Amino acid sequence: MKNASISRLEKLLTAGEFVVTAECGPPRGSNRERIIEKGKLLQDVVDALNVTDNQTAIVRMSSIAASIHLLNIGLEPVMQMVTRDRNRIALQSDIMGAYSLGIRNILCLTGDHQSFGSQPDAMNVFDIDSMNLARTVREMRETGQDMSGHELDEAPKMFVGAAANPFADPFEYRVIRLAKKIDAGADFIQTQCVYNLERFREWIKLAREEGLTDRVHILPGVTPLKSAGMANYMNNRVAGMDVPEAVIQRMAGVPKKDAANEGVKICLETIAELREMEGIHGIHIMAIKWEEIVAGIVEGAGLLPRPDLGVS
Amino acid sequence: MIVGEQKPIAEIKEMVAPYKKLLVLGCGTCVKTCFAGGEDETAVLASAIRLVSRKEGRTIEVEELTVERQCENEFIQEAAEAVGRNDSVLSLACGAGVQAIARRFVTKPVLPGVNTTFIGVLEKQGLFTEECSGCGNCELALFGAVCPVTRCAKKLLNGPCGGSQAGKCEVNPDTDCAWQMIIERLKILGQLDNLRAYVPPKNWNTSTSGGPRKLVREDHII
Ligand code: SF4
Ligand code: SF4
Repeated sequence: MKNASISRLEKLLTAGEFVVTAECGPPRGSNRERIIEKGKLLQDVVDALNVTDNQTAIVRMSSIAASIHLLNIGLEPVMQMVTRDRNRIALQSDIMGAYSLGIRNILCLTGDHQSFGSQPDAMNVFDIDSMNLARTVREMRETGQDMSGHELDEAPKMFVGAAANPFADPFEYRVIRLAKKIDAGADFIQTQCVYNLERFREWIKLAREEGLTDRVHILPGVTPLKSAGMANYMNNRVAGMDVPEAVIQRMAGVPKKDAANEGVKICLETIAELREMEGIHGIHIMAIKWEEIVAGIVEGAGLLPRPDLGVS
Repeated sequence: MIVGEQKPIAEIKEMVAPYKKLLVLGCGTCVKTCFAGGEDETAVLASAIRLVSRKEGRTIEVEELTVERQCENEFIQEAAEAVGRNDSVLSLACGAGVQAIARRFVTKPVLPGVNTTFIGVLEKQGLFTEECSGCGNCELALFGAVCPVTRCAKKLLNGPCGGSQAGKCEVNPDTDCAWQMIIERLKILGQLDNLRAYVPPKNWNTSTSGGPRKLVREDHII
């Protein structure tokens, strides 16, 4: 019965709803209550919830297992999967397994390099890249075959997501890369956190001009800042992150105790601006270690209640 | 060429400790060019071993010799007598040389004095950079002759990743982003269209993933 169900995220996007997704990281251990607690905070607040896959190369509960814990309490997971740790054999096998358990969305990533993580002495895999992974998942869905062309006994029919970073270099190439990801198989795109609206606007305009926004659902990412320190850290230390000086100044300009409020305010203003842009189909909220703020942001943005599709 | 770096003397000292007569065997090709195991390095290392051993009250006789290449029988033969006179060999060749020596002199312990690091070029005096992983299926033509398999930290065939900033790799700000270089090269060559093409997963069977490799040249077998 479950296997016949299709992605709720897909249904909403296809129906033209402005969707809300968020992100949560599994615990560094086997305590499922941790992930369930996080999930409960987001029930009825988001349409789907990304579950990270050993993000920043820190070893955590697997994204498949954590996704299932969320599914069991009625949340729709977007299982993130990186090519850093698994070769094509393991990736395909895990995707089939995840689908058999009821997972319907996947976000295909290459993953942060392990030298940033908790076990930099690990060997990486990188057998295929995120582009190849997106193509693989789509091919399994469309042709019913695995990468070797073997006919599958029930193919996983995942709704395929990929990431895009409009702020990385070289800028001219960023839209070509987006097109490539769509061609490869991405049905939806979640972007790096948007602070630099100028640059994002330019990117989405180029994407629009290439007709890409009609071919893929774009969900820009936002991350509420907690402090000026965090703004600085993100700008200087997190690869591919662009926090404009004006935003850093604004965070630094308020008393420490009000900084989090200011961060939420900036986040809400960003969401409001993004919603005005043509070609945006939703928002992806990545409140790093701050899941409890998400409900307030979604409410503050006027995005509650979430649409009810009935039982999916 | 093969680039390597001499092991620290502390490690070498421990390795050679059980032996009384040691041949330090240099190699005059790749490791000479990268100052890890040519004649000069062999001489310096031999003296250093003598010195630390004496200081620690150990007696060890150290002989030194450098052959042109430790990966070819013809040159390995030149070392036969010296190897015979000693009870152990510290080879300053790359890992291939060390194994070749060990295979010819099966009863001798052959120890590695060099950490073999990569296939690379002498970029400028004192700087060697890794360029090729010997994947066995060269696709450089697609990438403007910049190897993503080797020079991109994530081996991306459809890069760059989201962490490429100001031409530098997210993994190490001292390293140029391979994909930035690929794009610049393709721009110069007027081949930017290559970037739009989807590059399928690589066949790693020709690399070490397929097990140890062998090259047979029938036309050269006598
Ligand atoms: S594609 Fe393979 S053979 Fe060619 S440079 Fe890169 S690693 Fe070496
Ligand atoms: S920054 Fe460039 S070289 Fe480094 S991992 Fe990303 S694409 Fe590869």
